[in-house]
Amino acid sequence: MTGRRGGRPLVPAYLSTGGLARPSRPQLERLTVLSGSGEPVPAGLPAAQLALLDALFSGSLTVLEAAALLELPVSAVRVLAAGLLDRNLVLARAPIPPAERFDPDLLKRVADGLRALKHD
Amino acid sequence: MAYAPSSTTSGIHLPDTAQELVKILIAGPFGVGKTTLIDSVSEIRPLHTEERLTEASVDVDDLDGVREKSTTTVAIDFGRLSLPGGIVLYLFGTPGQERFRALWEDIAHGALGALVLVDSRRIDASFDMLGLVEESGLPYAVAVNTFPDAPRHHTDEQLRAALDLAPDTPLVTCDARDPDSSIDALLALVQHLIDRDPPEHR
Repeated sequence: MTGRRGGRPLVPAYLSTGGLARPSRPQLERLTVLSGSGEPVPAGLPAAQLALLDALFSGSLTVLEAAALLELPVSAVRVLAAGLLDRNLVLARAPIPPAERFDPDLLKRVADGLRALKHD
Repeated sequence: MAYAPSSTTSGIHLPDTAQELVKILIAGPFGVGKTTLIDSVSEIRPLHTEERLTEASVDVDDLDGVREKSTTTVAIDFGRLSLPGGIVLYLFGTPGQERFRALWEDIAHGALGALVLVDSRRIDASFDMLGLVEESGLPYAVAVNTFPDAPRHHTDEQLRAALDLAPDTPLVTCDARDPDSSIDALLALVQHLIDRDPPEHR
């Protein structure tokens, strides 16, 4: 381990991905949900990939939340997650696709849900 | 482990009931109350990601009152609300300057809409933001965050005229520190999304 103590991420963002600037799959978005697949972790996994897997051990996270937790840019987490997906170590679920107009039923459920929170 | 001690990870993982993840942008200039609003309604302590600015933006240096002027990253705050029924709503605080355009477009991708926060003491600070939102085509509502020392003599008509809002764009006031008031502002946006030009088959 070559990390230094004190607040800063152990692995700089530009090294965390092993020099890769682009994920091997383009469709990982901020709100793509990542969860561990439960497959045994192979030896020799890069530290940053291990850290992401570790964060997913106790539950699912979006790419966004993983980035905040690991103090890495979203772009770096996309690369890491893609590497883990390629090895079947994580599962990914895409968010609701962008739409010119979202399903009115979905929007109504958002409104109802917000109202319900308000009266709590 | 240097990463993610368990004490800070508790509560951030998605609830098992999470099914549909959606996002709304909380947009506005620095200091308008974006993080305050997100903080008042979020179920998790607001987190942030460090986002890199595009090359072209690095030379521009107009971060009034913001430290570390030479920085080439910007922190984007976000929060989360798990709604009954399995919907998880993410709120992203997005700065409005022209130089954040590429970042804005990336974050806006797939968003339901935007709530544009306005400080009535400096309405002109929101012009850039409104321009960006207009150009993106993202539907939006405008919420005037009520600061204690803000002028109260503006009528809705004056604000609408000053902000050049379309007649059907919702304009509400809110207190970003107050959860119910913030939710009301979000509801004004979502109701607007439901009401605007219903699809033909409905």
